[in-house]
Amino acid sequence: MRRRFDRTGTLFVLPYVVLLFVFGLGPAAYSIYQSFVDDRTGTGDVGLSNYQFVLGDFRFWPAVSHVAIYLGIWLPVMVVGVLVFALLLHERASRFSGAMRLLFFLPGAVTGSASILLWYCMLEPSLSPFAPALKAMGLESGNEIFQNTHLTVIFALIAFTTGVGQWIVIMYGALQNISADVLEAAALDGAGAIRTALQIKLPQISKYVLYMVILCLANGLQLFVEPQLIYGITHTAGSPWWSLNQFGYALAFQNGDFGSAAVISLLLLVLSTGAALVLILRTDFFQTEVDR
Amino acid sequence: MSVNTRQRDRWTVLRAVRGTVLLGFGAFCLIPLVWLLLAPTKTDAQLVNGHPLSFGSLAQFGRAWQHLVDYNDSVLYQWIANSILYSVGSLLISVATSLLAGYALAVSRIPGRKALLVLTLIAMMVPPTALVLPLFLELNTVHLTNTALSVILPASFYPFGVYLAFIYFSTSLPKELLEAGRLDGCSEAGLFWHLARPLAKPLIGLLSFFSFVANWNNYFLPYVMLSEESKYNLPVGLGAVVSGTPALNPANGGSFLPITRPEVALAGLLVVVPIAVIFVFCQRFLVRGILAGSVKN
Repeated sequence: MRRRFDRTGTLFVLPYVVLLFVFGLGPAAYSIYQSFVDDRTGTGDVGLSNYQFVLGDFRFWPAVSHVAIYLGIWLPVMVVGVLVFALLLHERASRFSGAMRLLFFLPGAVTGSASILLWYCMLEPSLSPFAPALKAMGLESGNEIFQNTHLTVIFALIAFTTGVGQWIVIMYGALQNISADVLEAAALDGAGAIRTALQIKLPQISKYVLYMVILCLANGLQLFVEPQLIYGITHTAGSPWWSLNQFGYALAFQNGDFGSAAVISLLLLVLSTGAALVLILRTDFFQTEVDR
Repeated sequence: MSVNTRQRDRWTVLRAVRGTVLLGFGAFCLIPLVWLLLAPTKTDAQLVNGHPLSFGSLAQFGRAWQHLVDYNDSVLYQWIANSILYSVGSLLISVATSLLAGYALAVSRIPGRKALLVLTLIAMMVPPTALVLPLFLELNTVHLTNTALSVILPASFYPFGVYLAFIYFSTSLPKELLEAGRLDGCSEAGLFWHLARPLAKPLIGLLSFFSFVANWNNYFLPYVMLSEESKYNLPVGLGAVVSGTPALNPANGGSFLPITRPEVALAGLLVVVPIAVIFVFCQRFLVRGILAGSVKN
């Protein structure tokens, strides 16, 4: 028998499908097409020349390495930091623990351009309440701090402080899902707080750690506002093509070379879609499918 | 010393270390926010010379506000209005489409259902910034760039909301209820409106929260789409003030504008305060919500 589709349901899903095609699949497909069209010669040749141009550009590999180093610093710090704080908070549930969770969550309200502004001031010794600590590290002035060699660390610090609270809350929630029986059994076996945390709790939430790493990875690849504004303020630290997204922006709006910009967009899109697919295929996070 | 007391001592030390680490990091999170709150109450000189966490005066706060309002013929009010328009506009479209689509995906037989769910999952994981440049090209061909729609419409595509609504309706909407409604002669659209929608109030709150926060803070999309200063939202406007005035760096050129660091801090505060207030009030239900999005239970 032929299955009949529900008309109302189809109508209901339609507006979303339109958005999905126009603002999701459409631009993705368009950037694939655009990446093969050579705008630079004015002939509109179709080929791989944009890819050659981007790979050969003096700005490309530095941008790749900046983003890679940034991720290399930020991701491990983030994973360790989130786990340490979530486990410490979970060690003993109390009013104190709840208050601290809210406190850790708050910097997440300051994101984007506001967080750059705030952290610029926090790292400027003449303004910062952390000036004694900065000076103790031998950093006396803003010029000494906002140097090219420090940028990856600075961006990692900003991303860590603004993002850590949300993930601590998620990990804490995951820890609370561990059954009380398991923890009681561990206590009866004489496991201390540290052993329980590392050998019992940690393995139980490993799925969430993977979830976090992949989402953070996909987001970190898109780094834009931090380097853009820090360069806008300092004019010496970084450049208008420090990160990959900045490089794509510069290609599009300074060189008017949309084909090459599309190559960069596509690269970022492929990497983050790849990360998404790993998550969907390798974990059972998304098996909420109800069969009917 | 007996084994017992030694063990108790070790416990006390561990507890103290735990408390110190947590309190220390808490202070590290709180101090910048307190600084941001206090900065606009001081003059630029007080900001540099006084204690970083001292309070200036309310009168100075008023002056900083006036300076900020005077910047480029009160463009600030325009930015606030734009931020509200863009955030609320996207919120309405995204929440409405997410609810309808999530409901239909959960309870109806529709063509391509499985493919839609997979695409939604992928789209949900891909950060919205990855599509911004191609989106610009696309909207440029239909001459929509530098309009409010160029920010509102792309931000209305909200796969996360669809997925959350799908989970919600598939797990917490009893099938028997729908069947009973059908027997009573209720139309499919009526079922959604009279049964599903009232049940979904917590879901609507959650979707609205996430959508609003994401759109309020949106930087890259409006930055790329909008070329006129009067069309900016607050975060992009703040970015323009930060990098376009000598407030943070005198190397940006001499200026007679009274836009100094306290004014910049005040602009930052304007971006942050609405979100911070919502955060504090919604924390409890947020935790549940974030988890509902990631855990099956």
